[in-house]
Amino acid sequence: MAVAAENQSQPPQNDLPDVLILKPPTAFSIFGDHFFHSPKFQFLKPFESPLPLPQFLLTHAQSVQAILTSASGSVTADTIRLLPRLGLVVTTSQGINHIDLSECRRRGIAVAGAGTIFSTDCADSAVGLLLDVLRKVSAANRYVKQGLWSTQGNYPLGYKLGGKQVGIVGLGSIGTEVAKRLEAFPCSISYNSRSKKPSVPYTFYPNVVELAVNCDALIICCALTDETHHLIGKEVLSALGKDGVIINIARGPIIDEKELVQCLIKREIRGAGLDVFEHEPDVPVELLALDNVVMSPHNAVCTTESLEELRKTVVGNFEAFFSNEPLLTPVPLDDRPHSSVAR
Amino acid sequence: MESIGVLMACPMNSYLEQQLENRFKLFRFWTVPDKSSFLASHKDSIQAVVGNAFAGADAMLIEALPKLEIVASFSVGLDKIDLAKCKEKGIRVTNTPDVLTEDVADLAIGLMLAVLRKLCESDRFVRSGKWKSGQYVLTTKFTGKRVGIIGLGRIGMAIAKRAEAFSCPISYYSRTEKPEIKYKYYPSVVELAANCDILVVACALTTETHHVINREVIDALGPKGVLINIGRGPHVDEPELVSALVEHRLGGAGLDVFEHEPEVPEELFGLDNVVLLPHVGSGTVETRQAMADLVIGNLEAHFLKKPLLTPVV
Repeated sequence: MAVAAENQSQPPQNDLPDVLILKPPTAFSIFGDHFFHSPKFQFLKPFESPLPLPQFLLTHAQSVQAILTSASGSVTADTIRLLPRLGLVVTTSQGINHIDLSECRRRGIAVAGAGTIFSTDCADSAVGLLLDVLRKVSAANRYVKQGLWSTQGNYPLGYKLGGKQVGIVGLGSIGTEVAKRLEAFPCSISYNSRSKKPSVPYTFYPNVVELAVNCDALIICCALTDETHHLIGKEVLSALGKDGVIINIARGPIIDEKELVQCLIKREIRGAGLDVFEHEPDVPVELLALDNVVMSPHNAVCTTESLEELRKTVVGNFEAFFSNEPLLTPVPLDDRPHSSVAR
Repeated sequence: MESIGVLMACPMNSYLEQQLENRFKLFRFWTVPDKSSFLASHKDSIQAVVGNAFAGADAMLIEALPKLEIVASFSVGLDKIDLAKCKEKGIRVTNTPDVLTEDVADLAIGLMLAVLRKLCESDRFVRSGKWKSGQYVLTTKFTGKRVGIIGLGRIGMAIAKRAEAFSCPISYYSRTEKPEIKYKYYPSVVELAANCDILVVACALTTETHHVINREVIDALGPKGVLINIGRGPHVDEPELVSALVEHRLGGAGLDVFEHEPEVPEELFGLDNVVLLPHVGSGTVETRQAMADLVIGNLEAHFLKKPLLTPVV
């Protein structure tokens, strides 16, 4: 599929189906507007229009057949109701908590996400953050780069990863990749998931508190749903204990951030590695002073390789839809709370 | 054994120091104002030296201690000990293998992830408040990258095992090919560097491996290649490495060791594709305790005339 550069500056043609972009995805700011270009559909960009969004939607209501959104662009029932011809929502994220799936199911609207293309990068980030927190990589790197090694002596000791018990919250695609990596260090793996998975060799705990009691590090890999909102609170953090580490590469609201901050300040847990926060891009100011926290700007999936995979997946999903072919990465819509795992 | 004199070469671990103090007559070499007169006056009292990666027992020290029977190193590396001199004089040498293998291998992977995924720089980005104004740059995927290991000993094999869990194809250079190993062998370091994305130094420092990472190897590794050094500083021609990084002829580096520790080339401080650590390869509470216990165990075994736990000579 060649990117037809000459189409970029032409006005939308009448014969191409319309895809509405609710909010420009991050990829646009890095690569430009043509990143998800295809000769088989065209984008409507309300953010480039002087019209307020509701008016824009009313104007184009009859032509919008699909939506492209990202993790921060909610697709609500209200928006869906304004678009009678809507048949597909594609999100650039693996997470789908920002889309009203019940409304989509009611109206027969298909949903496609990133599938599992981000799982290995997410898992790599989780392991990288865990190693960084335990072995103080970022903190020691800061120490050396400030010239302190030669003036203030050796850096304080870190903690060994090998032999530690690691608890994975949510053993989906990402959780499984994390487990596979940590087994080599070697860590013992246990997990909590909505249901026990009989074919995996890891120890299952029926709730997160019991999981936390029995592990040295908790890695959050589950989807954000009503059930998992603030799943990690005071009780779980106490159970994890003062030698425990928590890593979150899933969604900020899964952890009660205020509680986490207090535990870290009071050294009630050993440390945390966080790629996500409750109110991104705002980060609790108390964390900025702590050496036992490693933070990243929700970029666990942001590698050039993954973005290219994303491009192919997003374009492929739209092209398949408009050709009446099966979607590449459909999200199953059923009555249970949804996980981000493509089954 | 309280009358046995033990000379500790430099500060290395307070638990070890305490244990040595409790069991032997401990001399702390770094607190002595005039080292040569100290040696002259104490030469008959010192029967053991405890060294580490920074300071050990060179020929001069060995010659100055006629009663020296054993050198116990708080490290696995032996480059600070004159092994030939020890052999010549019948002095025993022990080190701390195996107990630190996992930590060093863990750190090698930690450095690879930190460099490719810019973890330290991402953390800095968040701490600076810049996230409020925009996204951070894209980084490079680690899974599936080709990892080339120089030296496939205990540490090299442990690194390979971990990298395999990230689906990284493994290749290696060693003094001799190991036919029982399934990884791809290259007969030279330059060829290994030309055929991998991440090159790790995991071999011992000897006269042969001094500056094994030179201009030619760095050029072969190239502007997208990453060097990880968890061996010894002198494995790398440091000025060559610095200019390659500053001139973008090398993609990145994760370094735990340097030629003149604790001095680190300042030109590296501002580079976002470089992670610098203060020689912490075995630097965990758990492992340093295990290493200390091994040093004490070897010394006690020697003076009780029992077999040494981890003898080298």
